[in-house]
Amino acid sequence: MDFATFLQILDSTIRLATPLLLACLAGLYSERAGIFDIGLEGKMLAAAFLSAAIAFVTGSVWLGLLAGIGASLFLSAIHGIASITFRGNQLISGVAINFLASGLTVLIAQSWFAQGGRTPALTDGGRFSPIEFPFAEAILPVPVIGPVYEGLISGHTAIVYLALLMVPLSWYVLFRTRFGLRLRAVGENPAAVDTAGVNVIRLRFTAVAICGVLCGIAGAYLATALQAGFVKEMTAGRGYIALAALIFAKWRPWYALYACLLFGFLQAIALRFQNIDIGAFTVPVEFMDALPYILTVVILAGFVGKAIPPRAGGEPYVKER
Amino acid sequence: MTFMTKLLGGAAALAISASAVAADPAIIFDLGGKFDKSFNEAAFNGATRWAEETGGEFREVELQNEAQREQALRRFAEAGSNPIVMAGFAFAGALSEVAPDYPDTSFVIIDMVVDAPNVRSVVFNEHEGSFLVGMMAAEASESDTVGFIGGMDIPLIRRFACGYAQGVKAANPDATVIANMTGTTPAAWNDPVKGSELTKAQISQGADVVYAAAGGTGVGVLQTAADEGILSIGVDSNQNYLHPGKVLTSMMKRVDNAVFTAFSDGPGLETGFQVQGLANEGVGYAMDDNNAPLVSEEMVAKVEAAKASIISGELSVHDYMSDETCPALDF
Repeated sequence: MDFATFLQILDSTIRLATPLLLACLAGLYSERAGIFDIGLEGKMLAAAFLSAAIAFVTGSVWLGLLAGIGASLFLSAIHGIASITFRGNQLISGVAINFLASGLTVLIAQSWFAQGGRTPALTDGGRFSPIEFPFAEAILPVPVIGPVYEGLISGHTAIVYLALLMVPLSWYVLFRTRFGLRLRAVGENPAAVDTAGVNVIRLRFTAVAICGVLCGIAGAYLATALQAGFVKEMTAGRGYIALAALIFAKWRPWYALYACLLFGFLQAIALRFQNIDIGAFTVPVEFMDALPYILTVVILAGFVGKAIPPRAGGEPYVKER
Repeated sequence: MTFMTKLLGGAAALAISASAVAADPAIIFDLGGKFDKSFNEAAFNGATRWAEETGGEFREVELQNEAQREQALRRFAEAGSNPIVMAGFAFAGALSEVAPDYPDTSFVIIDMVVDAPNVRSVVFNEHEGSFLVGMMAAEASESDTVGFIGGMDIPLIRRFACGYAQGVKAANPDATVIANMTGTTPAAWNDPVKGSELTKAQISQGADVVYAAAGGTGVGVLQTAADEGILSIGVDSNQNYLHPGKVLTSMMKRVDNAVFTAFSDGPGLETGFQVQGLANEGVGYAMDDNNAPLVSEEMVAKVEAAKASIISGELSVHDYMSDETCPALDF
């Protein structure tokens, strides 16, 4: 494998890891606050649809992004009301959101654009365009650093850099601020937080809302940066891979970045090489596709370290028993 | 229990009343959905054309999952729909179960062969059509490297790939063909993001014409090809209009004609095995205003010559599904 190929795979890794990373961080906030969220997939899908639709109608990708975040927030609100206010089962509410998004997006798209559940192709203003960093062209002839700077670091869309920035930001918010401490505490022992005079319900709703915003950005990235429009079921299971990455990362922001980059890297290798011939035998592409899930199971089984979920995760908080 | 009995009774009553409906034809679309801009949409267009021309009505259903295949078939058969057309190879299993139970109903299955007295099996010689677009790809390529992106990895899609590769080699023996499949599950038909990444990976390997036989995933392939300034080739329906001037041609598979004919023949249609090839215009390549500047007259002449010799039997294109091997491509 030569350097240019390797660079191309890393470039592809970043593109593939970005939606995973955003969704993974979204899940991180929600689950750290004790709300399991398997509706990441549905929220991304709804955001992908509405961002593409609004970007097409208005011609502005930023309005599209806002609309995508709005759609995702709306589903988050449903999840919050069902699982926080009415103390419903969080997993069931999440599954319902996935179904709702899967059906509603296609239905609305069909009655709005009549193109068979997809949005019309977006033109220039309706898409995120790559940002070329200064001196990218000038530095290109410099060996190693030049191609890395030009091909790998520069030339992605704004959302990619935003997603990468979210990692240190999330770490800071969760582990260095009072809000973060409370948010984590509410996922471990909500009763203690309540005793300290902090509003558990409001904290959990805030966490679910942050989750909605991040999922919205992830969905908009799929539809308006990677693609030029919405196609039905275009998230193709990325919400679930993000959940796997979250477990793999043991609910920590920096590990989430590494996990998502690893999963993205595995996908990129699978896409570039398909069946990999390593002398004695061939690694089939199916194995590469399944590897993220296999790794997650290995982690869950406790072979490599231990993944301990937030203790109060999945349980609605009841003030008095 | 009483509630259950009532429910079942109600269902039975519904079934009986439904079977009184006159024999309208019915069509069942596969998981890609009827607006996939490709295979299913072609089937839908054929059905719509029949409805417009004859003023008749047809019933339709889009499947949501595998389990609904047999259920949908039985429901239409019970309701008296006749003939019932199935768009997709995956119906073969369900149909061989259902067909013997409804001997008076005619079934038409597209892309697969089911051997039953009341079934018409329509198959297309995709390898022949793909051969022609493969020739065009090789002619249009400047880097002598062309790509193929398939949807789900099934023999039918490998047949596309194999015919394409043979066409490329026929026009330019030194050309390289890079063939990738999107996945091994039905999700591979609807993953444009993966399609885009595959296209980018192929471009980095030097491909400058990419042929997508991947349903909804192909939308991402064509988009990325247009963005990156290379040519693409559409499939099943005429997709030249999606990116005018950027889509070299489309491998047309006249599923619409097959559906139209089946609907027109009506109940009791002639059953058996039907091959749609180059000779009867069942497959071909698309030419219109959108791709006219991309295709030279010389190119058309070469492709037409190859078409004529395939029809006359002089040139034979190897069919992957006949022996699961391909002389021009390794999978």
